[in-house]
Amino acid sequence: MAIDKIDALRKKDGGWGPRVIILTVIAYVAFLVLAPISALVSGALQKGIPGFSAALTTPDLWQSFTLSLEIAIGVVAIQGILGTITAWVIVRHNFRGKSLYNGIIDIPFALSPVVVGYMLLLIFGRTGIMNPLLKFFDWRVAFAVPGIFLATLFVSLPFMIREMIPVIQNLDRSQELAANTLGASRWTTFWRVIFPGLRTALFYGIALTMARAMGEFGAVLVIGGGVQGRTATTTLYIFHALEERQYVEAYTAAILLGIGSVLIVSLADWIRHRS
Amino acid sequence: MRPTKQAPPIDKRLMEKVGPRLKTKKALSPELGLRVLSFVFILVMIVIPMIVILQDAFREGFNEFWHQVSLPQAASAIVLTLWTSALMTAVNAIMGLATAFVLVRYEFPGKRLLNAIIDLPLAIPTLVTGVMLVILYGPQQVLGAFLKERIGFEVIFAPPGIVLALLFITFPFVVRTIQPVLLELDQAQEHAAATLGARGWTIFRRVIFPALALPTLSGSLLSFARAVGEFGAVVIVAGNIPFKSQTAAVYVLGAVESENRLAASAISVVLITVSLAVILFTNRVLARRRGA
Repeated sequence: MAIDKIDALRKKDGGWGPRVIILTVIAYVAFLVLAPISALVSGALQKGIPGFSAALTTPDLWQSFTLSLEIAIGVVAIQGILGTITAWVIVRHNFRGKSLYNGIIDIPFALSPVVVGYMLLLIFGRTGIMNPLLKFFDWRVAFAVPGIFLATLFVSLPFMIREMIPVIQNLDRSQELAANTLGASRWTTFWRVIFPGLRTALFYGIALTMARAMGEFGAVLVIGGGVQGRTATTTLYIFHALEERQYVEAYTAAILLGIGSVLIVSLADWIRHRS
Repeated sequence: MRPTKQAPPIDKRLMEKVGPRLKTKKALSPELGLRVLSFVFILVMIVIPMIVILQDAFREGFNEFWHQVSLPQAASAIVLTLWTSALMTAVNAIMGLATAFVLVRYEFPGKRLLNAIIDLPLAIPTLVTGVMLVILYGPQQVLGAFLKERIGFEVIFAPPGIVLALLFITFPFVVRTIQPVLLELDQAQEHAAATLGARGWTIFRRVIFPALALPTLSGSLLSFARAVGEFGAVVIVAGNIPFKSQTAAVYVLGAVESENRLAASAISVVLITVSLAVILFTNRVLARRRGA
């Protein structure tokens, strides 16, 4: 009760303060986030609904969108497995240099995408160290889909791991021991005891990885370089459209990509709040 | 009744069954396989590419590396990258703190919507962010033309556009690191301060802020590390004007395209060093917070 009084006193004491802070924050968010988003929508609609729908039904756009989606799904599958394993190793294992290992995981988060693409080019490019091997087997990595895939895999690496680590830390180990005592095999313990605890985080990690993978641009631009049309991802499609001054096409594709990413992440948010 | 003399006591029987399994966890086991798998994954994906680029940057010796970094255009790009990122970080720290505070401590209509909007920049691809800002502030647009001609304030193809793009992209980082700490903060101390006659601002400065200083710092460092390497939004917003709006990442792209391998590798190594240093420092700050 006394606390209520103090709080009341503080609220009264605050006077205009809180209102000023709240309004400042709302104005800031409107200026920083909402204004650019609405500019994009009005930009895509500058030639009206017909212009927008014509841009939306361009076959090139959907070809690039499909490719982005395929790459993202492949990346998500690899991150889902190897990312979860890496998170597991970081939480449950003890080894020398673990904190360095933990730091290395975050590098893709901060490393410039251009540098990522360039690193891959140094390895798989025309003068790259892997070039003799690639030539021998007649494989193409740089300026082709495998290169774009590797670049996307690199930049989206930390998301699944970072999502999984706290969840694995909070797992109740006595349940695993109990399952073990009752004679469950490792595999059974994983599927019946551990996995159910990871499921929600897995969904969220998948969504974040997916959004990051769909939106990657810098690394894909460098390693995908000259490719156009058939092997262009959605971000490359937007970039080429801007260069060719096809603004409505570019803005429409940007809206499609933006809405797609936001939907994926919101869906994961919804799943997380429900459970 | 079954004869009990042959069966050992229950705890012994249990140990016989569980013991070997517990022991194998430490020796050869599937766990070891998982560790090897994880190491190979990180080695191939991150460590080897970084070694390759390091080796490439120094293959003509340190002097050549330093020469590439200190070329006027390269140095100017690095300086521009660092100061725009630093300015963004300062604004982001203040506004992120204010936003987290408002979201946790105040009730107002539209609060849930505001909370949801904070996450939008995480989902929106940075290239799309750049496109949005160009539409809003571009010189051919109403607002952009007004700012440029009436006030003489250029946003697009100039540093303000870079700072705006970086602010948009990193906005959630500070907010989302402070929010959970503020939620768990014990309000008893604030009440005590209020009882002792402290006013709103004093309470914030002396009681609340000290508890939020570390999360604010780590969130800000994270946004700085992210901003230094940012490319997608910056290349659209700032274009590629040397000495004016060309950032380090855009400079690397130019060097790659003109097959200037030494320059590309050297500036890449500078970017890698900055990101790595900031991340390792941030992890240390976070570890200290957990230890405290």
